[in-house]
This record gives sequence, structure tokens and C-alpha cells, in this order.
Amino acid sequence: MEYEIVIGMEIHIELGTKTKIFCSCPTEFGQDENTHTCPVCLGMPGVLPVLNEKVVEYATRAGLALNCEIAHFSKMDRKNYFYPDLPKAYQTSQFDLPICTGGDVEIEVDGVKKDIGITRIHIEEDAGKLLHESADGTLLDVNRCGVPLIEIVTEPDLRSAEEARAFAEKVRNILEYTGVSDCKMEQGSMRFDVNLSIREKGSEVLGTRTEMKNLNSFRALIRAVQYESKRQIIEIKKGHTIIQETRKWDDTKGTSSSLRSKEEAHDYRYFPEPDLVPIVLEPEYIEKIKSELPELPEAKKQRYIDEYKLPEYDAGVLTTTGVTARFFEESVVLYNEPKQISNWMMVEIPPLLKEKELSMENITITPAQLVELLKLVKNNEISGNTGKEVLKEMFNTGKNPGDIVKEKGLAQMSDTGELEAIIEEIVSANPKSVEDIGAGNEKAYGFLTGQVMKATKGKANAQVANELIRTVVARHLA
Amino acid sequence: MSLTREDVTYVANLARLEFSEDQVTALADQLGAVLDYAETLSGLDTSKIKATEHVLAVQNVFRKDEIKPCLTNEEALANAPESEAGCFKVPRVME
Ligand SMILES: [Zn+2]
Repeated sequence: MEYEIVIGMEIHIELGTKTKIFCSCPTEFGQDENTHTCPVCLGMPGVLPVLNEKVVEYATRAGLALNCEIAHFSKMDRKNYFYPDLPKAYQTSQFDLPICTGGDVEIEVDGVKKDIGITRIHIEEDAGKLLHESADGTLLDVNRCGVPLIEIVTEPDLRSAEEARAFAEKVRNILEYTGVSDCKMEQGSMRFDVNLSIREKGSEVLGTRTEMKNLNSFRALIRAVQYESKRQIIEIKKGHTIIQETRKWDDTKGTSSSLRSKEEAHDYRYFPEPDLVPIVLEPEYIEKIKSELPELPEAKKQRYIDEYKLPEYDAGVLTTTGVTARFFEESVVLYNEPKQISNWMMVEIPPLLKEKELSMENITITPAQLVELLKLVKNNEISGNTGKEVLKEMFNTGKNPGDIVKEKGLAQMSDTGELEAIIEEIVSANPKSVEDIGAGNEKAYGFLTGQVMKATKGKANAQVANELIRTVVARHLA
Repeated sequence: MSLTREDVTYVANLARLEFSEDQVTALADQLGAVLDYAETLSGLDTSKIKATEHVLAVQNVFRKDEIKPCLTNEEALANAPESEAGCFKVPRVME
């Protein structure tokens, strides 16, 4: 029998506001424990939460970028459960009237395009962080409590780990572009929950699903989906029934294990949050945010193809993240050679970033510096190979390419007089090669070129050198 | 009786409350009576009345996204029954 994997995802994304969702504490990551708290986010009795207007704006922007309907009327609700990372014993979230509904995102896997439906996006608060460092207890850091989140819930439209990954990457890409979140996985700004079930291929009925929470990298997402789908298929083949449950993914071991059975854990007894008033958004407000949306990845990619005449592949790579696209655009404004810039950005820069453990976000060279380098190469002042060396040196020292070329004496020798003298010397010293060429052995040119490059320490302009060698050899043969 | 003993035990468990057998019986009676009374409302014809999504007539109360001073770590932990290493300390949580 052939099986089909059915996946729905929930993606939690921390919004990049300055302050928390219901209080004025900063959202900064990586501060000392319990230094960004106030009576509201500590869940003290008698406090009054007030919604951050930026949260509404960012959620609206995210919803529009993901093709959602923005609700005219939405409200906050209390989701009740006991866990020490939640001082209030409830999470303020949205239940039946979320701020966004019914969106979609197009993904492409192995050349096949597919729309993934988004059921809803709601706003809620993040929980605190539990540290299991104490010998006889658990420690709680409340700094993250109340950091604004959006939760994106998809339809069960995904069919493989690759599709799940493609979707997650696309969402990250779009949201990073819109500026609502930095989507930094390593800081927990983006986390995935996966609902997964198995059914006979062709069946319309959904199987019993399990849920895996808090997958915090693309790698964990892929591996968890692969593991869990395999586990379920094996269970089904054995004739066992799948139990609806939450499972914990252990990324170190590469396995999942049962956490708790769903029915007892998921009675959240939602009710409308009495301390917060409804959110009513007028069409003018929504239109204004829509008009302010930046160019999204898909549109940008198309523009790169049309305007810069780049191949689709290049356009896709350059628009993968907003920072990469910005770097490219700033470069192209300074220097109208899109394909040359694209080549260097796609081929030469990534290995250097990797070596220095950097990314495009904290790249140490500027578009202006790259452009200066590319002009040196284009004008034959240095060779392409020398250019690569200079780029490396730019990453190492932060110096400008022109200065590096000068300091290290890397400029190409295009002065034909000087070069011709060197070539004359080499050709005279190698009568055998001249003889070989005379006898029709073209390969001997390669030897002479090598000697010239050696004598000039690679600074000879290859094209000029080759022409001169031919001239000089011809003279000797004459 | 609209509320069973099982309902009471279930809700008590969700709220992490423990009751004796006698208390469960008493609560089923008392809470049941409250719910029965509230049931009176079901007798009214509400077909022409808009659903009440929220009891407050106020809407759109927002705050600017501006940072204000926080509590110090000492102040934050002042009321904590137990603390350690700048954190609130709670009984060990098993995941
Ligand atoms: Zn606070």
C-alpha cells in the first residue's frame, strides 16, 4: 500500500517591536535574567495590560504579505493552562476571532509549484524561559514573557519534509522582507510545531495526527518530519493505531517520544480577555498598511529578471533574504554590471562568509567596496584570480581593494613595453619551445605563458601576454 | 441536576484542585444550581440579537511602542517564595 504524509504547521514568530505586547518592557534578547519585567508581565494581581499598537500593525502587515483577510473585528482571549513559564497561569492569545484569516503561500519543490493554505494568524504573548540548572528545582526567567508573537496556522496541505521546509523558508523570507521580525532561528524568534498524520494515498479522510512542538531549526523540522512519518507508517503496518498525542522531538538523539495524551492536556477553557478591549480595524487603516508594504520576494525576483536581465536562478538566489537583495541593489546602483555583481555575490562571497562564520546580515565588506573591486577586475587592472585574493584580504582586514592592490603590488602588467621585454627574455631562453611551435606544436605556448606568469608573479594581463608571446615567437621564427 | 460529579472532578483537575468525596457532592449541587439558574437565559428568543463577542463597548485602546523603565532584578524577585541565580525558583519541572 502506498502512504501519504499529511502535514499542517504552526509557526510562531516573535515580532520585532521595541516593547512587549501588553507592557512597556523592552523585548531585547540575551539580557540578564529577570531584568526586563514589570508588574504586568510578571502577572501581578490588579494590573492592566494595554495592547502595543505596533503589534497590531505588524500582524496586519504580516497577514497582508501572506495574502490573508484582515479582520474588521478581532479580540483577545485567555488560554488557560498551568506551566511555570506562564506566571499568570494563562496565555493571552486569540481564539475564535483572530486578526487574520485565509491566506496562502506558493512554494516550489523540485520544480513543482503549489499553494499552501493559511488558516489563520493570531497574536499572542510569548512565555518565559525555564532553565533546568538548579540542583533541586527549576529556574524561571521572565524576560521573554509578553514578547509579542504571531502564530501562523496552515491547512493540512503539506505532503513531505521538503515541502514543510520550503514553506517555512518562504514564510521566513516574506516576513523578513516586511520587517515585522528578524526571524532569527538561533534566538528562538521563529519556532515550528508540526501536526502530522498518515493516510492511504488517494484517501480523503485524515488519519490520527500527532503534534511535535518547538522545532527551532530547519534541520530539526526536516528530521522530525522524516522520523515521525516513518514511525507512524511502521506503526500502521504493524496494525497499531496512532494515538493522538503531543510528542517531544529530541534533536540530539534524532527521535521523538510521547509527551502527554492530548485529551487531558488540551482543555484550555478559552474565554474573552476582560482586561483588553476588541480590536476594530477600518478599511482605510488596512489599505494604508497595504500601500506601505515593501516589494516582496516574488515580485523582486521578477524585477531582477526583467530589469537587470539576470537568469532566473541568480534572481532567486539574490532575493532569498532581504539583506542579500539590499546588498545587491546598493551595489548595482553604484555600478551597472548586475551579472558581474551577481556572480561574485553567489560564487565568491559565500565561502568567505562561511570561513569567517558570518552571514549577509553582518558581512564585513560594503557594497561600495565590492563595486570598487569589480571595477578593478573589469578594467583589467587586476586579474579575476587576483580579485579573489583581494576579496579575501578585504574580509580579513576591512581595507579597500585599491589600497590592497597598491600595498601588495598586485596590479596587472598591461604596460606592453615592460611585458614585452620580459617575454623577449623568456622566449630567447627557451629556443626548444620556439622550435616546437615552429614544428606545429601549439602546446609549447602554454609552457611559455606559464613562464611569463611566473616571472611576473601572476600580474601579467593574460590576454595581453598571450598576444605578445605570439608576436615575439613569430619574430624569432621569422 | 445539570452538573455531574465527573464534571466537578474534571474541572477540579484542570484547576489543580483536590476535593474530598463529600466536597465533590456538595459542589456538584451548588454549582449545578448556579448553572441551572443561568439556564433561564436560554428561554429567551435571541435570534434577532447580535452575538456579544465582548462585554465592553470600548474598542481600540492601544499603547505606543515606547520603552519604560523596568523593575530591577531584586524588585522583580522580592515577592518570590524562592529564588536562585537571579531567577524565580519553582519545584522541578519534568518535561
Ligand atoms: Zn513588563
